[in-house]
Amino acid sequence: MTPDPYFFLVIFAGVALVFPLLPLGLAWIWRRFLQPPKPGPQKNATYECGVESIGEAQVQFQSQYYLYCIIFLVFDVEAVFLVPFAVAFTGLPFGAFIAILVFLLLLLEGLVWAWSKGCLDWARMRERAR
Amino acid sequence: MSDQIDEGLRSELQKRGVWVTSTQELYNWGRKNSIWPLQFGLACCAIEMIATAASRYDLARFGGEVFRPSPRQADLMIVAGTVTKKMAPQIVRLYNQMPDPKYVISMGACAISGGPFKQGYNVLKGIDRYIPVDVYIPGCPPRPEALLHAFMELQRKIDGQKLTGQDKASHLDREQPSEFPVPAFGAHDLEPPSNPNIFRPPAIERA
Repeated sequence: MTPDPYFFLVIFAGVALVFPLLPLGLAWIWRRFLQPPKPGPQKNATYECGVESIGEAQVQFQSQYYLYCIIFLVFDVEAVFLVPFAVAFTGLPFGAFIAILVFLLLLLEGLVWAWSKGCLDWARMRERAR
Repeated sequence: MSDQIDEGLRSELQKRGVWVTSTQELYNWGRKNSIWPLQFGLACCAIEMIATAASRYDLARFGGEVFRPSPRQADLMIVAGTVTKKMAPQIVRLYNQMPDPKYVISMGACAISGGPFKQGYNVLKGIDRYIPVDVYIPGCPPRPEALLHAFMELQRKIDGQKLTGQDKASHLDREQPSEFPVPAFGAHDLEPPSNPNIFRPPAIERA
């Protein structure tokens, strides 16, 4: 009788189990009977570069990055869509034209928003800060 | 593991194609040939350490080329260079974060005693004031051959460590500490100036 064609998978699974478990088991036996564990506050510390960690890990970042995100969408991502739109302009159906128009208007709104926030005149902002 | 194998019997058996060993020998053989140093350098000795690890001197011949950037994965700390008092707490902390068994090579005159900067106000007069050192290498800086020699000395030391008994290796001894107190910055010096449990300089005898 020929063995099942998928029998090799059973062998693979067995090897895959024994291969990691054997050294782990040996290490466990070694730790249990020969080498006593010696934990300590510094050995168990999370940060491991010789310097003591300061403060909390959960720090809040400012959310002002969204303005840069809007500017990036308006001046960079928009161009990516505008070029194929301009190339295929004469062959576009009316629905597609409306769709891209809505997209452009949304980005225009973002531009107006960024402009009103004073994002576009950073040179004068520095003067005002003085 | 209890008694040493009779050398004559062993060589006789080897002639017949039978190799006899003990757990201790196997364990030490594996450890001494795969020492992973901690990758950090403090001063010019580190350049020699880099040269030792590079192709011309090739520390890999001794199984020690795997410089680890994390103390969690390192067995050996090569204190290569001048230890300033600003840096000493970090070094002790790194040593504490290394898992047992761990070894220290004090490389160069500065790491041993402060070297040419011994009189300096900000130089630690030897790293063995805070952590136990296994091998000292004199030199300013020691040549790569000297570091290789120290490495071989350390291998010899590891090879002779006992698994059981009174004089077993310190990492197997429950009583031996694995962490050492980290010095703090005091008003004028590190506090304490040395760890009296491990720093026992030879007493000067005057006639």
